[in-house]
Amino acid sequence: MTDNSTTSSRPGELVLSLRGVSKHFGAVSALTDIELDVHAGEVVALVGDNGAGKSTLVKVLAGVHQPSTGTITFSGQQVTLPNPGAALDLGIATVFQDLALCENLDVVANIYLGRELNPLRLDEVAMEVRAWTLLNELSARIPSVRDVVASLSGGQRQTVAIARSLLLDPKLIMLDEPTAALGVAQTAEVLNLIERVRDRGHAVIMISHNMEDVRAVADRIVVLRLGRNNGVFYPKSSNEELVAAITGATENAVSRRAGRHQAEQNA
Amino acid sequence: MSNEMQGAPQPSTLLDRSDVRVKHATGIGGAVAAFVERVRSGDLGSLPVIAGLIIIWTVFTCLNPVFLSANNLVNLLFDCSTVGVIALGIVCVLMVGQIDLSVGSMSGFASALVGTLWVNQGWPVLLAIVTAVAVGALVGLLYGLLLNLFGMPSFVATLAGLLAILGLQLYVLGATGSINLPYASPMVNLGQLMIIPAAVSYLLALAPGAVTLVVGLRTRERRRVSNLSAPSVGSLLVRSVAITVLLEIVVAYLNRGRGVPVMFGVFLGLAVAMDYALKRTRWGRSMNAVGGNHEAARRAGINVGAIYNSAFVLCASLAALGGVLTAARLASASTQAGTGDVNLNAIAAAVIGGTSLFGGRGSAYSAVLGIIVIQSIASGLTLLNLSSSLRFMITGAVLAIAVIVDSLARQSRISHGRA
Repeated sequence: MTDNSTTSSRPGELVLSLRGVSKHFGAVSALTDIELDVHAGEVVALVGDNGAGKSTLVKVLAGVHQPSTGTITFSGQQVTLPNPGAALDLGIATVFQDLALCENLDVVANIYLGRELNPLRLDEVAMEVRAWTLLNELSARIPSVRDVVASLSGGQRQTVAIARSLLLDPKLIMLDEPTAALGVAQTAEVLNLIERVRDRGHAVIMISHNMEDVRAVADRIVVLRLGRNNGVFYPKSSNEELVAAITGATENAVSRRAGRHQAEQNA
Repeated sequence: MSNEMQGAPQPSTLLDRSDVRVKHATGIGGAVAAFVERVRSGDLGSLPVIAGLIIIWTVFTCLNPVFLSANNLVNLLFDCSTVGVIALGIVCVLMVGQIDLSVGSMSGFASALVGTLWVNQGWPVLLAIVTAVAVGALVGLLYGLLLNLFGMPSFVATLAGLLAILGLQLYVLGATGSINLPYASPMVNLGQLMIIPAAVSYLLALAPGAVTLVVGLRTRERRRVSNLSAPSVGSLLVRSVAITVLLEIVVAYLNRGRGVPVMFGVFLGLAVAMDYALKRTRWGRSMNAVGGNHEAARRAGINVGAIYNSAFVLCASLAALGGVLTAARLASASTQAGTGDVNLNAIAAAVIGGTSLFGGRGSAYSAVLGIIVIQSIASGLTLLNLSSSLRFMITGAVLAIAVIVDSLARQSRISHGRA
């Protein structure tokens, strides 16, 4: 990453603020009155059960879906995100759950997609050097950046998608399940990376089902349930509290299972 | 990496050579081995079409030695240029995973427009040509808008266009049904007589090799400075010398007959420009991306609608230009122009040349190679005095084989992780 202090915000400054954001797909309300604040130099984890609306929220912020109602304030300005290009231009980069890579293009082309250097005479050498630099920062194990993405494994593709999001040195990075396809070492690298990005003053939103990863890096944990806010927690909050907020009941599958386990051990 | 295993090969200091698990081709031998490996995994490139061309030429030469005579090949190149230009446009739309079935009608309509405006209305010929191409661009824009605004599949939109534009062609030509273009005009000369002077053709044939060498050396230097692996000077030299020798032999042979047609030069020039645009510009990268995964392209901030528009506009404009060249070649604009097999020949040329019907894979040169295959079959069968019924059947069979090869190669690429 090049050090570009103009794009990073001052630590603690409010980068993103959502007020009353809702998103309906026909009769289904995927999101209802979502409130969310993200500050510079902060990692916010977005957790919730399947169908809680996490990915929809990320897609709204990435400009893929437009919210039905509500306001989005980014860097103090109220903004609309009519398309993904608008979000990227503002400095919101996203690593989507399905990665959104072009399998027929090589790694360099994917990292620079839509942002190629020198549009009329592509500067392949400069792009390749920068691609290697980004990938090396992620300790990526990519055999060749000139191979098409189709020939890469799931973890390698994940790394390419993350490298792409870092290319523009964005103010806010959103990662949807960034560690789901990764091995042990790669997961640690991504978590390190998230911390490095945060320490540079960027804001990070991370979605994960893995509570261990969430606790490891998150400064705040925002719980969504059935498309609504369901509490804000901190890494020191107990597992029971978190699970209760996610599932919506203190009596739930996880607690029953734990209780059964406890009973078996006592017996 | 400090915890590198003992005894493992020493990682190279080059940025793109530090991964010890990957085999890297070095030197000329390595380049050949890499090429063989690529072909085995199904990344055939233009190999099947070149093999097919050699078979077709051998068969026809055995049946009638006139086939390979210099003058017959010159005629072949004249015929290639017209439909070839249309096929270039087809490469564009196939690239983004769409299709234009109306290129035949569009070319016929364009030739009718030029005939009417130039001969009947007395417009300057250049203005008539520009108007025809501009009308093509408008038609392409309409297809793009139908796709972007209404989500109308291009297959249906252009099928409707095929009929509507054919109607326009008949309307413009009116009752007479045919307009003869003046024989002595430069336009008809271009289509029937104009040859690149021998000396100029030899010089032009030097250009590709020279450009390959100069650009290759410059890139090599930049890669070395940037700490990336670089091709050896030897392999660059071998490549550019091979290209030059091959082209000079072809030009020398054609010059034993009438020589290289100017019209074919125009076609090749367009193909080179298109190849550059598709491979070396942001627009071309976006075309590839949209054809590969349009949702990913959209999320990368590419204006997918504009890319579709540009592909359709380019395709219909090139179809119109191809129609103008056809009119020049035939010295007439008639209701027959652009009907029959023009449509399918143009699409077949792109596919036979190696542009995938599935989108995201193709090159401008596939139109050149493909149209040479198709015109070779047409020319060979004409020399054998075979009827057009057989010609249709054989061209159909060749197209089927080409698509089978494309599908098989695609499966092989997927299983070898090269899709």
